[in-house]
Amino acid sequence: MNWSLFFDLTVSGLTLGSLYALIALGYSMVYGILKLLNFAHGDVYMIGAFLGWFALHGLGGPVNPDFAGAAVLVVMFITAMLGCGVLGVAIERFAYRPLRNAPRIAPLISALGVSIFLQNSALLVFGASFRDYNTFSLIGVKVYHVGNLFFSVPQLLTVVSAICLMIALTVFVARSRLGKAMRSTAYDREAASMMGIDVDRVISVTFFIGSALAGAAGVMFGLVFGQIFHFMGFLAGLKGFTAAVIGGIGSLPGAMIGGLVVGLAESYATGYLPQGSTFQNLYVFALLILVILIRPSGLLGKAVVQKA
Amino acid sequence: MTLEGGSGQMPAPVEGPRIGVDEWVAQVEGKRERYTGVRGVIEREFDRLPPAARVLVFAIPAALFPLVTTEGNVFRYGLFTLVYALLAIGLNVVVGFAGLLDLGYIAFFGFGAYFYGILASPQFNNHWQAEAAIPVVIIATAFLGLLVGLPSRRLLGDYLAIATLFFGQAFVVFVNNANRINFPFAGHVDLTGGSNGLAGIDPFNFFGYKVQGTRPLYYFLLISISLVLILLFFVNDSRTGRAWRALREDPLAAEVMSIPVNRLKLLAFVFGAGVAGFTGAIYGTLATAALPGDYDVGLLITIYAIMILGGFGSMMGIVVGAIVVSSVPELLRASANARPLFYGAIALAILVKLRPWRRLGLEVAALIGFGFAVHAIAAAAYPRLVHGSAIGSDFFARALDHWMLFPQNTKNIVDVAYIILIAAIVVFRQLGQLWRTVLLPPLLYLLMFVWENLLLVQINGATRLILLGALLVALMNARPQGLFGKAYVEIV
Repeated sequence: MNWSLFFDLTVSGLTLGSLYALIALGYSMVYGILKLLNFAHGDVYMIGAFLGWFALHGLGGPVNPDFAGAAVLVVMFITAMLGCGVLGVAIERFAYRPLRNAPRIAPLISALGVSIFLQNSALLVFGASFRDYNTFSLIGVKVYHVGNLFFSVPQLLTVVSAICLMIALTVFVARSRLGKAMRSTAYDREAASMMGIDVDRVISVTFFIGSALAGAAGVMFGLVFGQIFHFMGFLAGLKGFTAAVIGGIGSLPGAMIGGLVVGLAESYATGYLPQGSTFQNLYVFALLILVILIRPSGLLGKAVVQKA
Repeated sequence: MTLEGGSGQMPAPVEGPRIGVDEWVAQVEGKRERYTGVRGVIEREFDRLPPAARVLVFAIPAALFPLVTTEGNVFRYGLFTLVYALLAIGLNVVVGFAGLLDLGYIAFFGFGAYFYGILASPQFNNHWQAEAAIPVVIIATAFLGLLVGLPSRRLLGDYLAIATLFFGQAFVVFVNNANRINFPFAGHVDLTGGSNGLAGIDPFNFFGYKVQGTRPLYYFLLISISLVLILLFFVNDSRTGRAWRALREDPLAAEVMSIPVNRLKLLAFVFGAGVAGFTGAIYGTLATAALPGDYDVGLLITIYAIMILGGFGSMMGIVVGAIVVSSVPELLRASANARPLFYGAIALAILVKLRPWRRLGLEVAALIGFGFAVHAIAAAAYPRLVHGSAIGSDFFARALDHWMLFPQNTKNIVDVAYIILIAAIVVFRQLGQLWRTVLLPPLLYLLMFVWENLLLVQINGATRLILLGALLVALMNARPQGLFGKAYVEIV
């Protein structure tokens, strides 16, 4: 066994996995409350990556920024998260709220429409070419290692900040008043509104948080892989949803674990399975089908008894 | 009949025996909305026709179409409309009848094209007769549908959407790279030609008669659609069709009524896959090639747009939807056509939405005045903003030059205006009546500015899909049941 290859794959799998986990959280939260598949979520992530890029270039670019590297990074993350959060709330207001009592398929189609709209608007405004983050001079190219585990700085940054965001989210949902309202809304929307919970506001907050996490993931993608483009949201959204389903949709720890599972699976498939670098997505798809066959409710999901 | 108001008046007597029967239930066997007036008369007469005759309503004009126009028009508008219509009819069984959101549908279409290509092209030197190849393709695609659909028995509603979306994506990846696969026993086999696709697919060859050229293919497609439509009209009224609709309305209630839900779902899925495979084979001969790029998400969205426009479950609506969706983008290709279409749509929306007439006139006058004012200020302060000119050389374009801003070499201004426009529309919807009245002219002006300077310039690029996406959202907002679909009246 080639251990150094294994560790390399593990590290890149963890990095990818934390991105997927952040995206999956948004899917899972929205699905938990609205039972809606938010197809536009992947495109929100793409917009986040572009907002980060604009923040970076607004502050003088990666080569000689106006401020210290860390400050620039913080501004990038905040811009992307706030921008995406507002975008998510706007999407919900505009495309989903009017359809809350419509047949189930109507909001799904509306979500598909938002997704096409965002993707092609990005193509129209940002152009079809790739944009470089080029942040290596900004945050350094130093590689740390623990034994055989080699981490580059962006990878370390991604994993650590993703974990921080997830802890913050978990604490928020578990401890705060609003988090409690979110949990009860997810449990039973009608009963929650009868208990005096402003359901519309809770849904807006959910969209804000989910989209902000996706925006952060977009910036992280740019930092790790260096290049962003208008179509990046489609596949990432697909993987994020796969992660949410594998972990058990509606469950937040499930989304995190599902993200890591998908990231690691993709990374190992690239390294070990025949023609893995070409067919990695096929292998992830096979994993999805397998999990659905064995545990339809996902790894951490509970089987739901269908009510009328 | 209503008893509200308490004005003391007796409600008007209703004709016929209605005592003890809910009004809606008495009127229709389903829970469907009924139209009144001319539309209602047409609808009722249409419903009374036998299924075969209903197909003729669409088939006769379609059959006459190639006789009155050129070969190029038949190819550009006719063939693609029919291919889209047949695809949408198959999808309608899955989505409209059974209520399954199948987002991998295009993969079955692609599989049909590739499989027919394998059976009848120089790739493996197979040259099957069409009467053998078409049934084999249909059965193989239906079988693939069965394989994909089997896990869907476990998938409740939305999970199916993502699994099939992923399947569609996996299909594209597979055909793009299948030329590099080494099989365990057979060794290296180039199944799909990779990114170059399968070239030189044979025309259909029925017992020696070749369906070749635009017009024969057109009529072949027309006959196929008519047959599928007639088949579906019968299926619709059969036990299975009724069970499908029951399933779509309420799966739980259907199951309680001892309808075998899973088997019926699978049946609808397989049926849709078979139709898609058949269409794929036709498309393969039409394009004489199977290319991986043809079976991407773009086509999926087009087909969904057709089905939604037509209304879920309404088969004749789908034919109308196919005509609209396949010909509008073709018409939009030329900016000379695109401009009247766009302004026509806006004018129509304003006409419908703005009442009374006084308000409409006031808003339009305000818009015109606003435009001249902005133009005059910009010309005085920033001449750079008016140096460009409108696309086209007709009277309208020249008139626009004196009214609309056309910045020169300032892509950034236009991009920012686009983003501001989107934000403005979102905010506009949240405003009260007074603010809407005041802010409508500037908003329209901004919309026209973005249209003239950005969307019209990119009309062959992103614009058409942007308009399609916006249309889907707007349509779902306005009529969740689709343009020609019927609203289901809830009886609680």
